[in-house]
This record gives sequence, structure tokens and C-alpha cells, in this order.
Amino acid sequence: MVSLLKSIINNVLRKPVTRCYPVERRNSFAGSRGHVEMDPSTCTFCGICARKCPANALTVSKEPRSWTLEPYKCIVCGYCADICPRKSISMNPNHGLPGGI
Amino acid sequence: MPGSKSIIPFGPQHPVFPEPLQLRLMLEDEKVVEALPAIGYVHRGIEKLAEKKEYTQNIFLVERICGICSFMHALAYCQGIEMLMNVTVPDRARYLRVIWSELHRLHSHLLWLGLLADSFGFESLFMQAWRSREAVLDIMEATTGGRIIISTCIVGGVRRDISEELMAEVLKTVDALERDLEIVRPVVFDDYSVKQRLVGTGRITSEQAYDLGSVGPVARACGIARDFRETGYAAYKEIKVTPITETGGDAYARARVRIREMYQSIDIVRQAVRDIPVGDIAVSARGNPEGEVISRVEQPRGEVIYYIKGDGTKNLERLRVRTPTFANMAPLLAMLPGCELANVPVIVLSIDPCISCTER
Amino acid sequence: MSLMNTAAVSLGSLLQEVADKHRKRYRFVTMTCTDIGDGYDILYHFDKDYELYNLRLYLKKGEELPSISSIFFAALLVENEIKDLFSIPIRDLVIDYGGRFLLTEDAPVAPMGREGCSRSIDIRLQGAPEEEDK
Ligand code: SF4
Ligand code: SF4
Repeated sequence: MVSLLKSIINNVLRKPVTRCYPVERRNSFAGSRGHVEMDPSTCTFCGICARKCPANALTVSKEPRSWTLEPYKCIVCGYCADICPRKSISMNPNHGLPGGI
Repeated sequence: MPGSKSIIPFGPQHPVFPEPLQLRLMLEDEKVVEALPAIGYVHRGIEKLAEKKEYTQNIFLVERICGICSFMHALAYCQGIEMLMNVTVPDRARYLRVIWSELHRLHSHLLWLGLLADSFGFESLFMQAWRSREAVLDIMEATTGGRIIISTCIVGGVRRDISEELMAEVLKTVDALERDLEIVRPVVFDDYSVKQRLVGTGRITSEQAYDLGSVGPVARACGIARDFRETGYAAYKEIKVTPITETGGDAYARARVRIREMYQSIDIVRQAVRDIPVGDIAVSARGNPEGEVISRVEQPRGEVIYYIKGDGTKNLERLRVRTPTFANMAPLLAMLPGCELANVPVIVLSIDPCISCTER
Repeated sequence: MSLMNTAAVSLGSLLQEVADKHRKRYRFVTMTCTDIGDGYDILYHFDKDYELYNLRLYLKKGEELPSISSIFFAALLVENEIKDLFSIPIRDLVIDYGGRFLLTEDAPVAPMGREGCSRSIDIRLQGAPEEEDK
């Protein structure tokens, strides 16, 4: 206990290392896997991403054209972004808000 | 009544346990005479699910066996598949794997240090450790895109490269971490109250540790020099690792081993950043795994063993994982009898238990 | 690719072979059980100086497996696990959880067996129950 006293006193006097979330937020790192984004203008609705998604979070249908992501199932691994032949999927570095508000 | 026996269910929800584990403790007054673990609260059937998923998807699955050693799970799995498919990983990828492995070891040991401090009520040490850990998580997010489950290992290499600027950041992080460690090292090594709680607690002999199959820091704290990195997987062929051992066999020795390993990891990271060759980071792997293989990797808690059996299709026939905590469970049962009830949390946390690993 | 250092054992000589490993100061690592249709492929892994040595046992369905936990105490956890997940009867366990080591009363029977997973697949296909406050 005594041996940590110096750092304890230092820590009390210095400004906190934590942030006052949600008022103050940390910026995401450039390559962060925040959330999945799909660009419908290039997607061919081939369904490869849906077949490869390890969490079964994607549902794609050609007719009618639809591409759905279940955010609660998605584990944000980014495999779909790697695998998409049209590079329609990208990982946005910003994290979504809880509950998708 | 003196001398009478009582049974105390310790856990599964207990303030010091990060994960659900129940110990049925048979007590004689305050002394534990017998301990029996009851697990199964977080069994998720991952081994079965792995048979249903494609072998490439399994990487993301095995990473979730345990969040704390996730990269090393992926590494052990990918190395196994690579052996089956005869894939040679590019040199740069091998070094990147080492860098991320050691960053994982650092954050895992810091997490453990915090939890151990918490188990004997030393809150400021807990905060100090977790505060340092945050810096490691930040550098992991900056280099990989994920804080803990970094998902960078793939069959044939890695998914991301670390740029020159980020390499400098990695070095800066480990430098700062080394300074932080200088604050906590004397506390764990020499502090009177810490030593009062750790020295002699949960002692097992080297003979017991060997016989009960303990791995990782639990074995090394008994003087058994076993560290699977010595065999030279990934870039450990070039970066030599000497196992760090202590002889006490008690919670204090285990703590010392882990603290010293953090310094070792920092050195390994520095060496890897210095020596990393330029080149490709992945080769494409074609075909499907066929045959049986056992792949082993040294995780922060000890050695993990993957048994992989492929049948030439994209699904595996069997994936079996023996995690380090599973091996350290039997030594834990040998440590508990004879201790005071108040020392049970310290002893349990001194093996750095990971229950999600154990149950998969 | 096939496993290195693997020797086949029969049910009759299993305990002898394992005791032999113990005498020669091998460490018990773990066991692996695979359901191969008409029986089980059971591997006992031992380690010495970073080398793995395996004993391979073929166990017909319905046959009883003798426990090695009296030779290697550490084996009792994995034997209890196999007993749960494959419903293989194992005799002479040092501590017998009676099939309730990992599983509870209402759990599926032999979930790791070939057939035993039907229920867990159902859950996966149905998806998680709809959250009400979506
Ligand atoms: S893989 Fe790409 S192109 Fe195909 S459906 Fe998915 S997003 Fe669209
Ligand atoms: S990020 Fe991963 S889990 Fe999420 S949709 Fe893409 S592949 Fe599926």
C-alpha cells in the first residue's frame, strides 16, 4: 500500500485520464471496425456476403432486391467487407450508438 | 461448533470472479479441506458449431472462445490449418503475428494483475493496472481495428499490415508501459501487505505441478521451464524466448512470473518491430484442409492445444480445443485444500482462470 | 497429414499403456473424442519435452470406457466432459459428476455426438427470440 502512495497522490493531483462520456468522446482510430456500411449503388445482390458471414447476420435476396443486416447478430468482424467481389461493403470506423439510436 | 464441517458454495456469482465458476468448499472452521469445481455456466458448444461453419469462418468463432487471448486462439487455429494445407506464411506476417501476440500477453497480464489486486482488496493497484492496459488496447485498435478481438489472423497470413508510423506508436506505447510497470513492479514484488497475502498462498510443489499437468505461469512458478514459444513457431524462431521461472510455487511466485513476463513481452515487441522484414503479409490458401493435426501456441495463461481434423471439405470434421485454464484446473484443486477461506479468491485468481476458455 | 507419434491401443491394454506413460514421466495433456459413426475415436495426448505422444483407442458405441483418472488425476475433468458431451459411460472416475459436469438436467443428450446437435441447430436457425423493445 505504502509503495504505491506516491503514484496515488500524483493521480489525485493530476487531471483524470478518463473522459466524461458521453459529453466528451474519443475519436475512432482510422482503421477501426466500427460498423458495416453497404453501398447499394454497386452491390449486385449476389449474396456472397450473406453466405460467408460467420454470424449469419446478413440476408440478401436478388428478387426483390434487398440487403439486410441484423445489427444485434453482427460481430463486426469485417469478413463481408473482405469478401465482397464488388467492394460494396466497407467498415465505418465510427461505432454505432447502443441500441442504434 | 469447533471441528464441524460445513459446505460453502463459492460463486458462481462472486464479487471477485470475473466469470462464473462455482467452487464447493468443504470447510472445517475457516479452513478449506476439500474443493470441488462446478462449471458449465458458460458452455456454448463452440466445438460443435465449428463443425457447422466453414473453416475460414471458424477463425472468427475460435477468437470468441476467450476474448482475452483471442488472437492466440486464431493463431493456433490458423497455424493448424496452414500445416494441413501446406501453406508457408510470409515472413512479415510471422513477425506481425508475434507483435500482436505479445500485445495480447501484455494486456492479459495487466488484466490479471488488476483482478488479483482486486481479490485482496487493493483497489489502487487494480486501477493502476487497468489504466496501463487501456493504452495497450488503444494501440491494438489503432493497428487492427478492434480493441480485443482483433480478427487479424487468417489462413496464410494476416489481414492488416502495420505502417511505419504505427510501428513508432507501438514502440511509444510499450515504452510508456515500461515506465508504468516500474510503478507496479515494486508494489507486487516488495510491498509488505501484498507479500502478506501472496507469499505461501496456494503453494504446490514442482512435483505436483508436473504431475497434474499444469501449464504456463503456474508451471513456471514452480520452476518448470516450459514455454511453448521456445519451440519457435511464428517468428519465435528468430526471436528467442527463454522461459521465465520462479521457484516458490505460490501465488507470489506466479505473480512474479507474470510481471517479469510483461518485461519480456515488451522486449519481444521491440525486437520484432526492429527486425520485421518488408514483404507480403498473406498468401492465398487454396483447397480445403484434409487430415489431422495438433497445433500448439503459448497463450498468456499457458499452452493451448488445437486438434483439427479435416476431411477435405470446407467444413471440419472435428475441432477440439484444450485451453490452458482447463489444464490448470487440476493444480487449482491441489492448491485449495488447507487454505483459509479468505485466501480462496487470491488462490483462484493466481492461476488467472478463464472460465469461458475452459468450457468453450 | 496424419498425427505424429500415434500408437493404437485396445481397450484391454489401455490402462497398462497409460500407467507406462506415467511411469516414464510423461505429462497428461488431454483427451480428444470424435464420434465416427459406429464408434468413437478417442485420443489420449501426452507430452514430454514439447513432443506430443498419442494413444488412439477405438471404442464401439455402448462400450464402457475405463477411467485413467486414478493414474493421471488431471484426466478426471476431461473424462467428465466427454461423459457429458458424448454420453459415453466411463467407470471408476475419481470424482464422478454423473453427467452433470457441463450440462444441466434439461440439456440435450450427447450434444457433441453426430446426431446430438439437432436441437442446437434449431435454435440457430430460428434466431434469437424477438426482442420486444426493438
Ligand atoms: S457480396 Fe457485395 S455485391 Fe454481393 S450481395 Fe454482398 S454486398 Fe452485394
Ligand atoms: S461484419 Fe462480420 S458479422 Fe457483421 S455482417 Fe459482416 S461478416 Fe457478418
